Amino acid sequence: MEVRGMSAVQHPMEHYTRSGMIPHIWCNGCGDGVILGEFVRALDELKYDINKLVVVSGIGCIGRISGYTNTDSFHTTHGRALAFAVGVKAVRPDLKPVVISGDGDLFAIGGNHFIHAARRNIDVTVICSNNFNYGMTGGQSGPTTPIDAYTTTTRYGNIEHPFNLAHLAAASGAVYVARWTSIHVKRMRESFKKAINKRGFSFVEVITTCPEEYGRRNKLADPIEGMKWLREVSVVRSFIDPIEAVVRPDKIIVGEFVDIEKTEYSDLLLESTRKVQASLEKEGKLTNVAL
Amino acid sequence: MACAEGALAAGCRFFAGYPITPATEIAEHMSRRLPEVGGVYLQMEDEIASMAAVIGASYAGVKSMTATSGPGFSLMQENIGLAAMTETPCVVVDVMRAGPSTGQPTKTSQQDVMQAKWGSHGDYEIIALSPSSVQEMFDLTVEAFNLSETYRCPVFLMTDEIVGHLMERLAIPKPEEIRLIDRKRPTSPPSEYLPFRPGEDLVPEMAIFGEGYRFYATGLTHDETGHPQTDSSEEHARLVQRLCDKIRKNANKITKVERIFLDDADICIIAYGSVARSALSAAVEGREKGIKIGLLRLATLWPFPDQIVEEVAAQVDKILVPEMNYGQMVREVERCAGRRKVESLPRLGDALHTPQEILAHVLG
Repeated sequence: MEVRGMSAVQHPMEHYTRSGMIPHIWCNGCGDGVILGEFVRALDELKYDINKLVVVSGIGCIGRISGYTNTDSFHTTHGRALAFAVGVKAVRPDLKPVVISGDGDLFAIGGNHFIHAARRNIDVTVICSNNFNYGMTGGQSGPTTPIDAYTTTTRYGNIEHPFNLAHLAAASGAVYVARWTSIHVKRMRESFKKAINKRGFSFVEVITTCPEEYGRRNKLADPIEGMKWLREVSVVRSFIDPIEAVVRPDKIIVGEFVDIEKTEYSDLLLESTRKVQASLEKEGKLTNVAL
Repeated sequence: MACAEGALAAGCRFFAGYPITPATEIAEHMSRRLPEVGGVYLQMEDEIASMAAVIGASYAGVKSMTATSGPGFSLMQENIGLAAMTETPCVVVDVMRAGPSTGQPTKTSQQDVMQAKWGSHGDYEIIALSPSSVQEMFDLTVEAFNLSETYRCPVFLMTDEIVGHLMERLAIPKPEEIRLIDRKRPTSPPSEYLPFRPGEDLVPEMAIFGEGYRFYATGLTHDETGHPQTDSSEEHARLVQRLCDKIRKNANKITKVERIFLDDADICIIAYGSVARSALSAAVEGREKGIKIGLLRLATLWPFPDQIVEEVAAQVDKILVPEMNYGQMVREVERCAGRRKVESLPRLGDALHTPQEILAHVLG
């Protein structure tokens, strides 16, 4: 690889990224690249068998991530990544789907799929890049835009109450819930590792800077200033009630909020199928055993 | 039930759906039968999710289907486009009820036949079949899976509420008598595999998740490697043309029709689904009265059997198209009929055309 006349050494994580797809499309100062970096480092540290991991994404800036990971991966329609992942996990319990998508994709257009996948406690990890707006389409307001924030569709300041994603995930039934920001790289990576290894529905929210869209309309256009802001307003409060884990321009509570055990959906599915087949076998009626 | 058993016989092991009248019986039967054969039934939160889960399961290597009616079929259109774009083998059953909107949920219709062809945005081709009997419901469901695996596209079973709720004799063939087709699998190792490189038949070999191929599929315009090509007009044209041509160029192989009394017919009725049964009675009755009526029954709606309709049109004086809608497939017939006179016999509102009605129309 030649970079501006210099020969570059191979990136240590190159094995985890898809050849021919890097460099990525994300803007300078965007947190999505940090998420990709920490995600592949998490896989590396876990020594995860990447042939058994399926990365699924929706539409939006971070939606492109499924093209960058050197795994089986699928870039679905807007909001439908989780429903797709549920189909994969239901028929192939040996695979681990990881959905990586944005706040608008997962919680506006895809909100229904999120609460139901969490309710079922199906073994899928969801990583949400929350940048407070729709970056790909030019910075419109979304379900996480803070009150009073300016976007291209809230010219007079946002009047809608935003979701507290960690609280929503916990209330919907997730067994692991954490929130970090794109400057908490090591803790983010640790949470990715925990979430991937957790049996059940796990959720990691990463609050990211978006200098080009959200940032430029809310005095955070400078990437460094954006990172400084995240450092100033973030407070670690692990295992407090997620309802109190606020996300506001002046205060972002980060940490791990939920880590519980609950029977997982694909295990229940398999168990139920085996019971049905066992009773058929008893009656001598078992004809076809797949799966 | 014939549909569900046909699906199981075809090797379907995944069903994702959402309850809707008048298609719920298929879901109920699948929820009971799939676990018995080691398959999975999933009741999703809506039809959008159902279609997404079906695509996911198909890419995970399992023959998959869903069943719905008009309102659900509308919600599925988004991911039907994704299935067409990512060349996902899958089967969707639409038990057509009276629309638009909620319409008359328990009443029959054939109002979704154009939606089957044009429902999702952009240019693409799908295959749609329409059974006229319980036996054909079984047979065409098997055929639907075979076609979807052969051409890697969504295949629709467009049935009306009448055929959907019909009770009649069904002979289920022995498993060894049923011809099953599975998707083409990769013939090259992962390092050389190109997920969207077509073969001579324009259909690419399909890897599935978890086999080490580590491929990428996207709803964005993509090249043979699967990588997005959002700026190249050549790549876009090449992909969309291939998605359409793999069906269009095989239309003669795909389309199935039944020709009844057509050899010497002066008048041809073209019908599908339950209406074809009334049309057959009308033809028999007409023949008894000395009128040379023939019937062209369409088991395949899409791709439309252009060539067959052209041939029939050249041979008869008049074509009559009775449908349980306000005139949909008649437009296709008109397109293929040249200067031959084509009459639409639309029917709206909870009833099949009676043979007498059709005959009265023939007699003018």
